[in-house]
Amino acid sequence: MIPAAFDYVAPTSLDEALSVLAEAGDDAKVLAGGQSLLPILRMRLNAPEKVVDLGRIEALRGVRDGGDHVAIGAMTPYADVLGDALVREHAGLLARAVETVADPQIRHRGTVGGALVHADPAGDVGAPVLALDATMVVVGPGGERTVPAGEFFRDLFETAVGDGELLTEIRIPKHTGWGSAYEKFVRVSHQWSIVAVAATVRVEGGSIAEAKVGLTNMGSTPLRATAVEQALVGSSASALADACAAAADGTNPPSDLNGDADYRRHLVTVLTRRAVQKAMEG
Amino acid sequence: MTAVDDRPTTEIGTARRRKEDARLVTGRTRWTDNIQLPGMLHLAMVRSPFAHARINGIDTSEAKAAPNVIAVMTGQDIADIQGVNITAWPITTDQVNPTHLPMPLERVAHTGEVVAVVVARSAAAARDAAELVDVDYEELPAVLDLKAAATDEVLAHPDLGTNKSAHWQLDSAAQGSGGDVEEAIAKAREGGIVIEREYRQQRLIPAFMEPRSTVVDPTGEQVVMWTATQAPHVLRFCIAATTGLPESKIRVIAPDVGGGFGGKLQSTPEEFITLAVARKLGKPCKYTETRSETMVSAHHGRDQWQKLTLSAEKDGTVTGLKVELLADLGAYAALVGGGVPVLGAWMFNAIYKFPAYQFNTTNYYTNKTWVDAYRGAGRPEATYAIERLMDELAAEVGVDPLEIREKNWIRHDEFPFTTVAGMTYDSGNYEAATARAKELFGYDELRAEQKRRRESGDPVQLGIGVSTFTEMCGLAPSRVLGSLNYGAGGWESASIRMLATGTVEVVTGASAHGQGHETAWSQIVADRLGVPFENVEVLHGDTQIAPKGMDTYGSRSLVVGGEALVRAADKVIEKAKPLAAHMLEASVDDLEFAAGRFTVKGTDKGVGLTDIALSIWTGHDYPEGLEPSLDADATFDPVNFSFPHGTHLCAMEVDTETGATRMRKYVCVDDIGVIINPLIVEGQVHGGLVQGIAQALWEGAEYDEQGTLVSGSFVDYTLPTTADTISFVTDHTTSPSTSNSLGTKGVGEAGTIASTPAVVNAIVDAVRHLGIDDVQMPCTPERVWKAIQSAGGTQDAAPAADAQSHFGDGAPNQDPAAGTTDGAAQ
Ligand SMILES: Cc1cc2nc3c(=O)[nH]c(=O)nc-3n(C[C@H](O)[C@H](O)[C@H](O)COP(=O)(O)OP(=O)(O)OC[C@H]3O[C@@H](n4cnc5c(N)ncnc54)[C@H](O)[C@@H]3O)c2cc1C
Repeated sequence: MIPAAFDYVAPTSLDEALSVLAEAGDDAKVLAGGQSLLPILRMRLNAPEKVVDLGRIEALRGVRDGGDHVAIGAMTPYADVLGDALVREHAGLLARAVETVADPQIRHRGTVGGALVHADPAGDVGAPVLALDATMVVVGPGGERTVPAGEFFRDLFETAVGDGELLTEIRIPKHTGWGSAYEKFVRVSHQWSIVAVAATVRVEGGSIAEAKVGLTNMGSTPLRATAVEQALVGSSASALADACAAAADGTNPPSDLNGDADYRRHLVTVLTRRAVQKAMEG
Repeated sequence: MTAVDDRPTTEIGTARRRKEDARLVTGRTRWTDNIQLPGMLHLAMVRSPFAHARINGIDTSEAKAAPNVIAVMTGQDIADIQGVNITAWPITTDQVNPTHLPMPLERVAHTGEVVAVVVARSAAAARDAAELVDVDYEELPAVLDLKAAATDEVLAHPDLGTNKSAHWQLDSAAQGSGGDVEEAIAKAREGGIVIEREYRQQRLIPAFMEPRSTVVDPTGEQVVMWTATQAPHVLRFCIAATTGLPESKIRVIAPDVGGGFGGKLQSTPEEFITLAVARKLGKPCKYTETRSETMVSAHHGRDQWQKLTLSAEKDGTVTGLKVELLADLGAYAALVGGGVPVLGAWMFNAIYKFPAYQFNTTNYYTNKTWVDAYRGAGRPEATYAIERLMDELAAEVGVDPLEIREKNWIRHDEFPFTTVAGMTYDSGNYEAATARAKELFGYDELRAEQKRRRESGDPVQLGIGVSTFTEMCGLAPSRVLGSLNYGAGGWESASIRMLATGTVEVVTGASAHGQGHETAWSQIVADRLGVPFENVEVLHGDTQIAPKGMDTYGSRSLVVGGEALVRAADKVIEKAKPLAAHMLEASVDDLEFAAGRFTVKGTDKGVGLTDIALSIWTGHDYPEGLEPSLDADATFDPVNFSFPHGTHLCAMEVDTETGATRMRKYVCVDDIGVIINPLIVEGQVHGGLVQGIAQALWEGAEYDEQGTLVSGSFVDYTLPTTADTISFVTDHTTSPSTSNSLGTKGVGEAGTIASTPAVVNAIVDAVRHLGIDDVQMPCTPERVWKAIQSAGGTQDAAPAADAQSHFGDGAPNQDPAAGTTDGAAQ
């Protein structure tokens, strides 16, 4: 599989990257880990004239403590996120989800930022980021702006990041002490989610004080199961099924070889219950 | 002590590491795509996006003008020399065959068919320009569904007037090997049991590791073709038979080939096109496909509907079996495509003593990728059907599935046994394999756990699946093939060359593509001739080096090719004997040969075989009238197949809330006769198991209504990896084959053939108490869950569109008054 010919540039600073992008306009495509972009180019589903590799911009890589939040550089590979102590302590849900992405090779190259901008509804990063009420930092010719996760995902493969803009950072409010679980349903291990549920809960005295639930592949964007979140408040581990029964409300899942929409609607209720149960356990 | 003393006393039976692996796993070898020739050009194919369309015109001007493009050719441009992709096995003399041109001139009959080829200085330039070829297609109605094809309402090839290729029958009453099946079924309807089921063998894609690649050099006296094939000799024949090139002017080389599973036994359009283009341009040319191209154009496997009627007495003694297959050939009759279902004809009756039997297959064309042999070819389909049915019968009678099998199988003291299909099974011991498997499996404990889970209403249920399979392998006695209208023989050839310096060259016609022939063949020769394993070199896969061969498929290499090798080795010893006698000044009658030496009985006088080889090479002193050579050739034509068998037991957990399945335990005890190399056998068994399990759980080639292959990449064609499988427990019993002197049976396909029904039986067993007696393959969580929903009476659940397939309303199996029940209602 040979991609169509393209020019390749690898800027070393954010400013340089932005000006290259501004110059190239529509004809440029940003390259992060390449784990989605390269297959697209090789299958000739897209043929940009210029590929702008962000791999040499050190400032976009790494996790830092932002006080009330954990800040993750867009170019941080999955593997680094997984092993990061700050993420594990304050945004455990993200680590749980990232653990399930593809295989070690892909987790070594693929980046959190690339996954979010790619915005595949079956991708595993969107739902936890949404559930954790993250804020996205987007930089463009007009400067920097922040976008709440709830407004970031627009549609299938479409986000708030516009032409000539870059996602630079993901800020996740600290959820210290919250339990979390990511229930991913697949047929073979290296598969994208057929359905997945990201749940994180704060437990007080054996029952749920606060719950956040994100859904993967239940519509054209990652979704938040707000009705479930509300219903869960006050629930104990033995009485979750009723609250989780509403998990499919307001969703619009796809039908494909792995299952039709009805099956996904059923699955999501089971997986939500299981995810919340596990999250309560730790 | 010398190092020699550490050698195994016999090579056969030793778990030698494979000698070919060092070069294969370090990347030192050269695959076809690594071959670079001076001035070589690169090809890219332009493929039809439509399942069925008329080609009204092809505009190549823009592509021709693209940088570094040398030529763009259509079917018209190579019509005089492109040849035809022929079928070697028209199963009846009146089989209907559409002509399969490598590049059709007027009409495409499946998505992915090649309509033009771009030739450029680089593969990238060729690919770029391929997008510039403008084809004017006029879409035609396509027939995609096998059952729809059988109605002839839409024709895959309008000029043929029908989609039906052929109907083939084996009837035990007609051929005198058993009773009348209709009588048996009619009798069972009165006072016995009739089990009627319809099973689906989904379409599969043989996912070999190395994509296909072909290099053709037309510049010498002979045209040389390197190609990733299992069958260089067959390919050469097909080229000679259809392109006008004399066979003696063609040399086909299969270098190291990265797997095939049957998928590379084909003579492909791409090979023929590369050859034609190279000849037209007089330049070396290379074509290497992308994986996406493999998926749509390399032949697919399986794809049958199986309608089955089994009759039995009330106690579960089988009395008859009737098989009616619909087989999808895809758009064309592939090399042995029509014959693949026929290979099942002798296997549906399996290890059971059916007194009456009838097998029918009706083969149809559709506008899909062509279908041919895929690991097991015809036998997995048969084994699946009969092993599923035996479980259904057990459920109907209300006994353990192993008990119903034991009641009906051939006992070990009944071999050789001639079956109702007319085959004579050489040897076997089903009792022994089953006893060992039960022990390794912990059968009784797992049954107890299953009972506990049922009683407690555990959301995760446990099922146990049985498959007591047999297969026929070692294709094939040439006379049998002749009687079946097959276009070639089933012999194999071997040569042994004793080199002057003590090493041995072995030439085999069985062309390896990853199985480890070089190691196993070396072991056989080392034992037979008493030379060190390392001193044997095995040559194959080049029609110039190994001029005669029938290549590799149907688990035939060892049982047919290995026997040819033994015979060649014995000839070498025979030829050496008078020379030894001459050198030892003894009489031939006083000599014995052991461990590579001739000795004079009762003395310490002796001479080594390799010393004789050196002596005869000098030619200075040998008896008059003898030829100065030890080299020998042998061609072996088997007189019978060999019949491996085994007992496979599988435990599956079914999550009834989601339909997800998880393998708990898998035990197999295979009887493949004498084992040459246990390590290679272990590899074949494990790989085979995974492929068979994958048919049960994961793989399936799916098309949409337009005839586009939806599972056209490994994102959607879900192949398992090691992460998806468990550790298998394997063991063997040994009933030496009597059809070859090594006592070996084939093992290349056993795991694939046996495992599929074991897995599905286990899944059905886990949920049978919920009223389920079938789940269509691949048993996706969705299908399992929907089967549970529809059977469990949850009114608002979605209907199980593709589970629970039976003959339809009013069918006898749905009508209790007809004397049968569903088997599920126990
Ligand atoms: C075999 C395989 C299996 C996979 N399985 C899974 C799975 O199970 N779950 C899962 O979630 N994912 C899976 N993935 C996808 C993987 O997660 C990708 O890494 C991810 O989707 C994209 O991240 P990337 O860093 O590779 O981005 P790239 O592929 O480099 O880029 C993706 C897109 O985002 C744009 N982009 C990237 N970074 C930025 C930025 N900072 N600002 C603006 N635009 C940007 C690019 O232009 C491109 O359009 C799989 C991939 C493969 C190849």
